[in-house]
Amino acid sequence: MTGLRLLLRKEIREQARTMRLLAVVAVFAFLGLLSPVFARYVREIVEAVGGGQFGGLIPEPTAGDAVAQFTKNIGQFGVLIAILVAMGSVAAEKERGTAAFLLSKPIGRGAFVTAKIVAIGTLLAAALGMGGVLCWIYTTILFEPLPALGFAGAVALMWLSLAAFAAVTFLASVVTRSALAAGGIGFGVFVATGILSALPTIGPFMPTSLWGAADAMALGGVPDGLAGPVLASLALILAALGLAWWSFRRQEL
Amino acid sequence: MSAAAESAGLAIEARGLTKRYGDVLALDALDLAVPTGSVFGFLGPNGAGKTTTLRLLTGLGRPTAGTAVVAGIEVGRGGTDLARRIGYLDQDPRFYGWMSGRELLTFVGRAYGLAGATLRSRVDEVLETVGLADAAQRRVGGYSGGMRQRLGVGQAVLPRPAVLFLDEPVSALDPEGRRDTLELIGRLRGASTVLMSTHILTDVERICDRVAILDHGRLVAEARMGDLLARNARPILEMDPEPGQDLAVASLAAALRAAAWTRDVRAEHGILRVVVTDAELAAAEALPLVVATGVRLARFERVRPTLEDVFLQLVGADAAGAPGSTEPAP
Repeated sequence: MTGLRLLLRKEIREQARTMRLLAVVAVFAFLGLLSPVFARYVREIVEAVGGGQFGGLIPEPTAGDAVAQFTKNIGQFGVLIAILVAMGSVAAEKERGTAAFLLSKPIGRGAFVTAKIVAIGTLLAAALGMGGVLCWIYTTILFEPLPALGFAGAVALMWLSLAAFAAVTFLASVVTRSALAAGGIGFGVFVATGILSALPTIGPFMPTSLWGAADAMALGGVPDGLAGPVLASLALILAALGLAWWSFRRQEL
Repeated sequence: MSAAAESAGLAIEARGLTKRYGDVLALDALDLAVPTGSVFGFLGPNGAGKTTTLRLLTGLGRPTAGTAVVAGIEVGRGGTDLARRIGYLDQDPRFYGWMSGRELLTFVGRAYGLAGATLRSRVDEVLETVGLADAAQRRVGGYSGGMRQRLGVGQAVLPRPAVLFLDEPVSALDPEGRRDTLELIGRLRGASTVLMSTHILTDVERICDRVAILDHGRLVAEARMGDLLARNARPILEMDPEPGQDLAVASLAAALRAAAWTRDVRAEHGILRVVVTDAELAAAEALPLVVATGVRLARFERVRPTLEDVFLQLVGADAAGAPGSTEPAP
């Protein structure tokens, strides 16, 4: 792929220089830090706000609550950030005209698409990794030590679910000429996935079902039926990226 | 086809190049032959199909029909081989605003395989040539339109391409920048083949060897500059009325327009330019018309037709606003 290394370096430098890297990592770090702290002190917060009336209704918090809080936050804010990161990746370059500038140089279209995908995946991995490490440290401090390997596996499952939504949004970014439209499609798929996950037949294969599995894995358990959503998410990612590559090769700039 | 084009000394050869956007025919079976080493002017009013042609020839667009060979490579085949041999400046060049001018040129140089000291010295040389040495460390996002255009010219010439495509290369430049850029393009003659689209006809007259004129997607003329003027230009009479005779000048313009030997009568900065179809009749009848309408002239002269006259003649009155300086007769 002609120019892949050059483009990868450019993508990473662009993320750093435009503060995108810092912003995304900061948000995930905040979620990783906040989740165990919120889980630990939710009783105190409710008691303080409700004047001691409701504190007894909330059970003693556990490490499982901290993990569930983190998974829930990633499943909401994390997905929205993944969509935001992917929506402009190609559409904005086409809108601005920088894609035409780049591709009039000896740079392959495959390299262009691949560099974008790798950059998005790496950014999400770095940010989620940072958030995961902070969540693990604070959960260990505030509750009990969590199994490191299981927690790492849980973070990997969360990354897979984010990557699935990012991949669909990326495909929309390639197909459309508008970052906003791509974001809208990505968000629409996110909402539709949430609805479909309630269906017993296909629900277990949705990327959203990875979050429940991540919860169990982070606490050292082995989730049942993990292969289905993992393989389905991988298939969705590969299909979206393959379609994006196929579409971009045929586009006029 | 590529070998044939090269053996014929052609850097660009297009045959039946056609582009259709839905119902709109943007380019209609264009045949074009650009000799190697020439500076080729590509003219046409807005929407004539110039940018479409450049995008097809650079591989950024796909033709509906037809083929093209650029620098010996068939466009649309051979992956990045074509891009290795061309430089391209878009009519509205857009770059990464977070890069500095030097970083952008270094990035482009690396894309063409330059590295190390060769790359650094070439980037320095280009920055100096396009007048951006002092702004080399500034972010491109803070550049003015003219600076961006200079940078665009710089990134296009940096790899010393065999064929250089320039879409309106001086449209955003101040007079000094225009002069410098045109000189730079002129110096490329022989080393590179330059295909330059522009609206500024005097620039074309100044540096181009050959000219093609496009109108509504069709090629209406293509020739060496001198041949084009000789073949298409009709005699022109210029009449410079004394000031303060608006009504009389309007009557003269109407009378001239009604004469059988005129093709076009236009007013440019108060001077009447009369395109003549029959020089002998005009010589006999023009001055009597002036006398009859009572217009006092400061000057009456038969002048050499310019490229603008040929352009207007070939593409018609619709394009009158495009070249810039022409206004309708009173």
